Amino acid sequence: MSQPERLAALPSLPRDADGPVFAEPWQAQAFALTLQLCEAGRFTWSEWVETLSSVLRDAGPDDGSRYYEHWLTALERLSLGKSLTDRAALDARTRDWAEAYRTTPHGQPVEFLPKGVSRET
Amino acid sequence: MALRVKALESLLVEKGLVDPAALDVMIDAYENRIGPRNGARVVARAWTDPDYKARLMKDATSAIAEFGYSGAQGEHMVVVENTPAVHNLVVCTLCSCYPWPVLGLPPVWYKSSAYRSRAVIDPRGVLAEFGLAVPDEVAVRVWDSTAEIRYLVLPERPAGTDGLDAEALAALVSRDAMVGVAKVPGLTP
Repeated sequence: MSQPERLAALPSLPRDADGPVFAEPWQAQAFALTLQLCEAGRFTWSEWVETLSSVLRDAGPDDGSRYYEHWLTALERLSLGKSLTDRAALDARTRDWAEAYRTTPHGQPVEFLPKGVSRET
Repeated sequence: MALRVKALESLLVEKGLVDPAALDVMIDAYENRIGPRNGARVVARAWTDPDYKARLMKDATSAIAEFGYSGAQGEHMVVVENTPAVHNLVVCTLCSCYPWPVLGLPPVWYKSSAYRSRAVIDPRGVLAEFGLAVPDEVAVRVWDSTAEIRYLVLPERPAGTDGLDAEALAALVSRDAMVGVAKVPGLTP
């Protein structure tokens, strides 16, 4: 399936004549991550469309502003379903990133460091 | 949301399921989907309309919103003006702190640790690497964006552009010039 065909298969994708549009950077990140996982053969595009459709259906009517929230929920669900990662690791990592953003002094680049590794000074 | 994407992405990258370089290329390809063209129009308007420029310098968020470009709640834009005496450079320690309504998605280098840390410590060195030599008599000011305040550089209008209208001027303004790592080139006659 070519990329335009893949995109055409997506339900209610926010787009204009030139392709998908994003309101915030993280949306394009989630979008690119999904495309790459599919290209790497981690799941098929029809599996993705099925998962996304099911999440959108469960979410009920929506004006489109939460589209990429649902997209991300679907991507997490499919990644877990395919055992690409697991729930505990995902929750722990989300907490770690939140912690890193909160505790990094302003003016320092925010990096996530695995436990037990100290920041270079 | 941004943290959830980041968490998933970093786990998949670590497991070797996703190639971070290829991912950046793909995100880069989409960055013009929001696009630095919005910012370029703001700059061109400020160059051609003194009243607009006054509003922009006083309250950038409102002046930019006149174009219909506005961001998430609480976002606060500040415009810093380059002059013959001052060159401004914008950096952010958090990759999300970038004025995406006017500049689109941040480029890969903007998000790199090297840029984020060195732009503050050695701005002239960083600018030199971008091919921009700032003379010693010109002050370099570095603006560190936060989640609340995002900066846009108003570059100097290049010489030889007196006859151009706002649309033609906007075409000259690059994303890099609005981050402060480049100047807007003059027209070669």
